[in-house]
Amino acid sequence: MTTQTFKLNVNGTTHTVDADPDMPLLYALRNDIGLNNPHFGCGLAQCGACTVHLDGQPIRSCITPVSTVGDGKVVTLAGLGTPDKPHPLQTAYVEEQVPQCGYCINGWIMTAAALLATKKKPTEAEIKQALEGLKCRCGTHMGILRAVKRAATMMG
Amino acid sequence: MTRMEKPAAFSRRSVLKAGGALVVSVGTPLALDTLIGHQAAFAQGAKPPLMPDQLSSYVAVKQDGTVAAYFGKMDMGHGITVAIGQIVAEELDVPFNKVNVDLGDTATSVNQGGASGSTGIQDGGKQMRVAAAEARRVLVEMAATKLGLPADQLTVTDGVVHAQGDASKKASYAELIGGQYFNVQLDWNKKFGNPLYAPGKAKPKDFKDHKIVGQRIKREDVAPKVFCQEDFCTDVKVPGMLHGRMIRPAIAGAVPVKVDESSIKDIPGAKVVWQEGFLGVAAPREWDAIQAMQKLKVEWSKTEPPFPSQASLYDHIRTASVRKREVGKENGNVDDAFKNAAKVIEAEYEWPFQSHASMGPACALVEIKDGKVTCWSGTQKSHFVQEGIASILAMPVDKVHVKWTTGPGSYGRNDADDAAMDAAVMAKALGAPVRMQYMRNQGTGWDPKGPASIHIARAAIDAAGTVVAYEFTSKGFSRVDVNTNGSKPFDTLAGQTRGVALQSGDGFGVPAESYQFPNKRLAWETIPPLLDRASPLRSSHLRDPVGPQIHFASESFMDEVAAALNLDPIEFRLRHIKDPRDIALIKAAAEKSGWQTRPSPRRDQTGSKVAGRGIAYAQRNGTRVAVVAEVEVDRASGKIWARKFTVAHDCGQIINPDGLEKCIEGNIIQGISRTLWEEVKFDAKTVTSVDWMTYPILDITETPESIEFVLLNHPELPPTGAGEPSTRPVAAAIANAIFDATGVRIRRVPFSPANVKAAFA
Repeated sequence: MTTQTFKLNVNGTTHTVDADPDMPLLYALRNDIGLNNPHFGCGLAQCGACTVHLDGQPIRSCITPVSTVGDGKVVTLAGLGTPDKPHPLQTAYVEEQVPQCGYCINGWIMTAAALLATKKKPTEAEIKQALEGLKCRCGTHMGILRAVKRAATMMG
Repeated sequence: MTRMEKPAAFSRRSVLKAGGALVVSVGTPLALDTLIGHQAAFAQGAKPPLMPDQLSSYVAVKQDGTVAAYFGKMDMGHGITVAIGQIVAEELDVPFNKVNVDLGDTATSVNQGGASGSTGIQDGGKQMRVAAAEARRVLVEMAATKLGLPADQLTVTDGVVHAQGDASKKASYAELIGGQYFNVQLDWNKKFGNPLYAPGKAKPKDFKDHKIVGQRIKREDVAPKVFCQEDFCTDVKVPGMLHGRMIRPAIAGAVPVKVDESSIKDIPGAKVVWQEGFLGVAAPREWDAIQAMQKLKVEWSKTEPPFPSQASLYDHIRTASVRKREVGKENGNVDDAFKNAAKVIEAEYEWPFQSHASMGPACALVEIKDGKVTCWSGTQKSHFVQEGIASILAMPVDKVHVKWTTGPGSYGRNDADDAAMDAAVMAKALGAPVRMQYMRNQGTGWDPKGPASIHIARAAIDAAGTVVAYEFTSKGFSRVDVNTNGSKPFDTLAGQTRGVALQSGDGFGVPAESYQFPNKRLAWETIPPLLDRASPLRSSHLRDPVGPQIHFASESFMDEVAAALNLDPIEFRLRHIKDPRDIALIKAAAEKSGWQTRPSPRRDQTGSKVAGRGIAYAQRNGTRVAVVAEVEVDRASGKIWARKFTVAHDCGQIINPDGLEKCIEGNIIQGISRTLWEEVKFDAKTVTSVDWMTYPILDITETPESIEFVLLNHPELPPTGAGEPSTRPVAAAIANAIFDATGVRIRRVPFSPANVKAAFA
């Protein structure tokens, strides 16, 4: 197995990672860069727990080979906002008390953040459509939709 | 004067050395010896043993006056941390934000049963309430001594004991005991787990005095989750850690007979652990461990595929030999009543195997160092995992420390305990810490399953159209084929694959309701598991174990009888339900939902898309729930939209309405998911539901328009559980609504479009 060196721009910082080119970005983020927030849910792009932004678009890091990231800008949930400077979705998630176990939140917040970045005041149907296919096993669907609507209102 | 609570622990020297809190007031009626004795009895510098009969096992006051509550259960996302904090703060008279609840750590808490049976508040909170009340009593006694005032002239405000009417005569909890430990013995009932109860002498507050209990207080663990500041059990790392993966057979029951380690020799640091049927790999890098898992060449034993075809599952259950039968409830003479009936209504219902399918497959980290084991696990029952690891590693229990760490979802006995045992076996074999994480296909394919079952209901009607007898019998796989925790090797895959014989237990249940019929019999029967060794179809607890199955059938049947008698479903129920709280609950649900009294089905709709409403109700260990479902059915596609739910919920005293509503919402959504979509598929070889495509759950696009609540609060009653009960009536409420809309009765879960269309055909 041959490893290669990759320079990854994650949350505004460049990291050097030696890895098998086929290794999914998820493992580079979690184990080489120390960002635990994207989670392994399925490894099949079926659930969204590993979602990050690549140049503003939500991608499933569990199936994205590290070699395909190039010099694209990767943003994880930790890079989306902080307690001092939260993204409206993070604020809304706390206000609405959305998660139960919370393992799925990367998928919902990162996907909704990409929606709200381009779509002001989406309808409920548009929100549902944008989030289709993401999984929450605890069943926090109602809270997720409330939080996304609240964040959309906050963002005007 | 209170007697010394635990004279044996007393040493004047240690008390005087511990020092700071001992003050002798002039004019006190107490002798110095008594005073010293009193102080020694209540507080000491060294922590008493972590036993259920010690107050220090539940509550401590830190030097800064904050309170630590040590809870032997854990929070799987329902926010029980907040509720326990409220109960402890209430009884101790400290502000809520001064209480920190420490969850499920075997080093700091006693075995209160873990997350189990919706008993977090009902049992766990009950214990924390009496412990906190006793702590307050003791602190007031200590203050009485210090201030030279009778205890009954003292009160407590925000953690400061002071004279009633003179706040200047005071002693704070921090001054009285901060940084030391309670040395107070409790009256322990000698039980561990959910029934553990160890009150002190104090009587908890009257509910009329509650200020914190009953408030809507938010969870503090949400912000750390959205700002990525909390480590899940999947995130914990220790130096020298290896990543472990398990290899499961393609034919259930097969074992490795030849393992070619050279097939993974190119993978850096990859190692194999092979012990009888147990086969795992590990590597320093996670991706390498996954590669090793995929590339390792294994020859498996020739094993006959063990399972019946999926299509014959319910016939298998019908014809299987009964291993145990139990009559849970019986009155009158059921058999005679059926013989003499003018009319008999009978129906049979079917429920498939279902998977916990937790959001992520299980993960656990085990480190063995200096003769001690540390395990980080998302288990629901850390104290039982402690026992299990001790057993599987042949080590004393007190050398094993399990730190409960938030896991990727848990709804009963999922795959978490198996992962902890697998990690322990691997860590011992490799002499290095092992972080074991399953893959998705193992999480869904190999978790213990909610049991499949059939349910036969019949009612005897007399000539006047009155129900004179009711019989309900469930027959299915046991809910404790493997037990609800991993404390015994025979209940875990690590034990079973390493040659420990299965000890399949028998358990099911009967409907929990208050219908009164002159002749009534509720019974259950269990059948043997499909495989006598490590099986992907072994059955155990899945949220509200067998509750959704049983009440799908029993509450669908009540509707069938109502329809046969041309009665409104609620009107029929209220004729027979006798418990006043149940009656109030059903009426509340009816009123809130705008229920129109009429028999089902509607018969007034044409076209493909039709709508209907249905009700179902159930009790569960003191809690009772009534659910009105309003659904839309597309008769052409078979697609169901469970559009609106009205939930009336009575769990006695409500500790936190906000947490309760969120908890119910999750249960309703998960209940809809299990009703409309969830079915574990399998073939003769193994389970074929292995991911979200082959085990679909409710999508966000299918979310109900609204879930409304009627929370019936009974502050005068003890609180009962809420973690599961509202899951229970969901399937029947939906089935009854589909019948109302279409006149078609669906008696098999799930109500997927294909199944619904087939039912319409």
